[in-house]
Amino acid sequence: MESTMPVLILAIPLFTFLLLGLLGKFMQRGMAGVIGTSAMGITLVLSYITAFTYFFSGNPLFISAGGDRLQAVIFNTVWLQFTPDQIDAAGQIVKHGLAIKLGFLLDSISAMMLVVITTISFMVHLYSNGYMRDHHGVCEKGFQRFFAYLSLFSFSMLGLVVATNIFQMYIFWELVGASSYLLIGFYYTKPSAVSASKKAFIVTRFADLGFLIGILILSYYTGTFNFTELTSVPVEGLNDVYAVSAGTAEHIRSIFADSKAPLFMGASVMTWALVLIFMGGMGKSAMMPLHIWLPDAMEGPTPVSALIHAATMVVAGVYLVARLFPLFLMQTSALDIVTVVGAVTALYAAMVACAQIDIKRVLAFSTISQIAFMMVSLGVTRIAHTDALGHEVHEGLGYMASMFHLFTHAMFKALLFLGAGALIHAIGSNDYTAMHGLRKYMPVTHWTFLIGCLAIAGIIPFAGFFSKDEILTACFGHSTVWAIWMTLVAGLTAFYMFRLYFLIFWWKEHKVHGEHVPHDQPWTMTLPLIILAAISCVAGFVPFGNLVTWNGHPITGAGFFTNLDNLNWNVAVISLCVAIIGILVAMKMYRKENPLPEKMRSALPRLWDWCHHRFYWDELYMFITHKIIFDRVCKPIAWFDRHVIDGTMDSFATMTNRLSVAIKGLQSGRIQNYVWVYLLGALVLAVVTMLCVL
Amino acid sequence: MDYSQFLAMKQEIGLLIVFLLVFLYDTFMPKKALNGTSVFTCVVFAIYTALCFCCCMTDTWATTFSGMYATSPAIAAIKNILNVGALIVLIQSCKWANSDEQVVRRGEFYELLLATLFGMYLMISARHFLLFVIGLESASLPLAAMVAFNKNRYESHEASIKYLLTAVFSSAVFMMGLSFVYALAGSLYYTDIYCAISTQPSAMLVLALAFVLAGMGFKLSLVPFHLWTADVYQGAPTVVTSYLSVISKGSAAFALLVMMVQAFGLVYSQVWEWMLYALIILTITVGNLFAMRQRNMKRFLAFSSVSQAGYIMLGIIAMNATGMASLMYYILVYVFSNLAAFGVISAIENNCGKVDMDDYNGLYRTNPRLSVAMMLAMFSLAGIPPFAGFFSKFFIFTGAIQQGSTAIYVLVLIALINTIISLYYYLLVVKAMFINTENGCVIAPFKSACSERLGLWISVAGILLLGIVSCFYNSLLELCQTYGIF
Repeated sequence: MESTMPVLILAIPLFTFLLLGLLGKFMQRGMAGVIGTSAMGITLVLSYITAFTYFFSGNPLFISAGGDRLQAVIFNTVWLQFTPDQIDAAGQIVKHGLAIKLGFLLDSISAMMLVVITTISFMVHLYSNGYMRDHHGVCEKGFQRFFAYLSLFSFSMLGLVVATNIFQMYIFWELVGASSYLLIGFYYTKPSAVSASKKAFIVTRFADLGFLIGILILSYYTGTFNFTELTSVPVEGLNDVYAVSAGTAEHIRSIFADSKAPLFMGASVMTWALVLIFMGGMGKSAMMPLHIWLPDAMEGPTPVSALIHAATMVVAGVYLVARLFPLFLMQTSALDIVTVVGAVTALYAAMVACAQIDIKRVLAFSTISQIAFMMVSLGVTRIAHTDALGHEVHEGLGYMASMFHLFTHAMFKALLFLGAGALIHAIGSNDYTAMHGLRKYMPVTHWTFLIGCLAIAGIIPFAGFFSKDEILTACFGHSTVWAIWMTLVAGLTAFYMFRLYFLIFWWKEHKVHGEHVPHDQPWTMTLPLIILAAISCVAGFVPFGNLVTWNGHPITGAGFFTNLDNLNWNVAVISLCVAIIGILVAMKMYRKENPLPEKMRSALPRLWDWCHHRFYWDELYMFITHKIIFDRVCKPIAWFDRHVIDGTMDSFATMTNRLSVAIKGLQSGRIQNYVWVYLLGALVLAVVTMLCVL
Repeated sequence: MDYSQFLAMKQEIGLLIVFLLVFLYDTFMPKKALNGTSVFTCVVFAIYTALCFCCCMTDTWATTFSGMYATSPAIAAIKNILNVGALIVLIQSCKWANSDEQVVRRGEFYELLLATLFGMYLMISARHFLLFVIGLESASLPLAAMVAFNKNRYESHEASIKYLLTAVFSSAVFMMGLSFVYALAGSLYYTDIYCAISTQPSAMLVLALAFVLAGMGFKLSLVPFHLWTADVYQGAPTVVTSYLSVISKGSAAFALLVMMVQAFGLVYSQVWEWMLYALIILTITVGNLFAMRQRNMKRFLAFSSVSQAGYIMLGIIAMNATGMASLMYYILVYVFSNLAAFGVISAIENNCGKVDMDDYNGLYRTNPRLSVAMMLAMFSLAGIPPFAGFFSKFFIFTGAIQQGSTAIYVLVLIALINTIISLYYYLLVVKAMFINTENGCVIAPFKSACSERLGLWISVAGILLLGIVSCFYNSLLELCQTYGIF
């Protein structure tokens, strides 16, 4: 494959960012939107072509003779050479020095991510052209800046998913964090937005500390940054330099599988490395207890929430685990941690989502919960065996299910967020209490939102049904306890989403205030909704088992449009029933104005309070940071710094100053004195040296 | 006689031709064309500098006049560095030299400047003390005239007299030292002296070296031979001050290195290492302590240049090729940094006549570009990365450390502590320009002359470029290792 197209995929958003960032001031605001959107459109087309080539061209670079999908390094250039390569007399490279490379790795998950990112990003670009205007169609202040940031984000996210090595991933990981920070704080005059952006940055940065330490441990023991070597999937063709030598693969396998690595606190250091890397993923993907930044991040403009905090950036953690999955598979204790963290987060976020008033917060917690689903799905993946119910489980089903859910979730969650944005834009408030009964006023928004809700609830034949079913099947294949747990969460998902749906569009008739009648938004905003709704209807039929698997080997029996045949109907029926029950309960409680919700709230006041206040996590963090870290740790250190260290430095400065005053008289301005000093100086120099030397 | 040996002196001959061209132009051209003297000088000198870069870096060792004169690519390189500095000074001086007060003696200024540069060339290339003294004197005496160039100003006269008297006195001391050397060795060739003086030092040798160092200490303004510096720098025209502080100092430093290594290399560890050791500590520290108290920008830079001379001496005490290369690199960086600072000072002085640090308060708001140039110069002089000054300091410390003895480690530590002190006063200037609020008499916005801006652009480009591109130092190091004198 030519490497121009991959280069362009990265270069176009970067160039757009520079163009809009540097020259945005000199162009009309609307123009910036057009440039940003069309550049993203080109990137979209290029990514589609790239992904299509990867999946369907049959090129031996991408698919082996046996039908396995391969990892292909399209290009890989040295960015920073730390230590030189060792070269023998014949000019051959004996041993590679430490270098950080930037490149483009194409395999099934990165190709899939290219599609997801560019699709959502393009929709969001298009949508923002309408959203970032007031009701008279005048662009908001900072319109160009907004599009510049969007381009920067798209560039960073694309760079992240195509990273050829873990260090490149880390670089783009941080860039993604930085652009998320910029976009959350887009309305920088609003204090809440500023503090939300800071919170997001600090929490994810804290998690990334773990990521960095994990990278360092991992690369120290394995001796490489490259994914192709770490995951030991053979690379064919192109660069022999990057091909995995048998020795390296064997070495990596030995330190992981045969526990050749040293122990630290009872666990292999490789487990520690993976857990620390997972910590970085927990921060970005808002897993408990590092989830606190995501609900606040909703302070950013709604298209940003759709792009970054629902569809792309927050799944980076899942992507990270998936990318290093063969390593995790060799350290199952790390996978168990992934499972537990995911399962607990899924339940927690679903419960909290039931008691939120702000519609974007409901969606935010729903996102956390759904990402936790993906994590659990990765966590329960094992090599083939028979499950508790006696069925044979496909090898690596959970991995495929997780990626599948990532794909479908990105589509319908972006749809829901963009729909919520349309509502907020029309009503001017984030609370459902200000909405109620909007279905007649905003039909397009209503129907697309309903499709989104059905998809996330897992109703056949919408996208979420298939992916969620695969996840639950994978859970049943691993452990019945987690499977039942996750099924309950799935029911809860259906409940809270339809609670939201009914409270926004039904409950009671909408009161129209004065002249302003809520209505559907301009085409730039409705078109993305319609497209995403259409995708949400059909995405479930994409034969993921054939395209995306952990080792490139298609799951047996999967063909095109065979997802229905492949369903494990036992699981599917259970999950479908649970989802319908959830929807019916929500319908009963919220379809028409009635005292039932109030009654329930007073019956379980504690539960409501805890859920409404998100189980007081923020307060807990406040207590830990302010009362313990700031007061008990930082204050004494600050005192020491101010009095002891500064005092010492100040006294040096005072002494220097005194000395300087004391010798001032030497410079008298009289030439006679100068000459005397000169002569004396020479003589003293001579005499002292004589005394010392002779 | 084989005249081809004159070819070794390509650079001197070239400079002589430039000198003659300027002299003939100034003497015989019609009055109208005289307005172009400055441009003519700059252009001819620029061509000469470029030619030197092209032609003179490729030869090998060459000696002539029975070994009195020697040159090598390393020596050609230091001369080229001085040429660059002199060129910037020439460009910066255009505005001042064409002012009403100076216009009648504009030609003389250029001729004197080129004559001193010629003297410095001889100092650098000399391998015989006779030639060295001729170079020294022809570099010193015209400078006294240049210092006095603001003929109608009292301070200029005072500065000139102080400079002349100290120069004469220091020459006397230097000659005294030389006479002792001659008494010991019976010859004035560096090589003969090297062979003749025994490794067992005598009282006479110590005295001779002390006097020689004192004589050179005058040119380099090492403490305690520096007292003339501040008064002369303050009184002299700013262009002359910048020439004195950069070119004159740079050439003397390199000449001292060659002399110490080639004539007195054998008694390094017994005698002059310790003399230089003491002088470096004194110079850096005292220079810093005085610089802290200065309010006049020119006096301030005078003491700053005293302490910078101390750092340059670290390249000599290192006594190895790294030290020599880092000394040359330090001079190169120092040329750009100091000339940027003086460029700003002279632009402001020419336009508003203000030279006090307090006058610079709030300069950023009225003249942002000049302030940024000044800031870069200060950062570079203070050695803040990623500007050139950081790397020059880094390399010169590296060179000294490579010498290896514990005493040198202590010396480098002292020098490091002193860089912190120096940071204080360099940042004072930055603070005045950027943070302090103006106290009523702020410098009004003005557009500096084309020549001043060109000079500043070159200097600032040097500061930034040398900070980013590392190949300059590497090629200097390669030169010093290949054509070394150790």
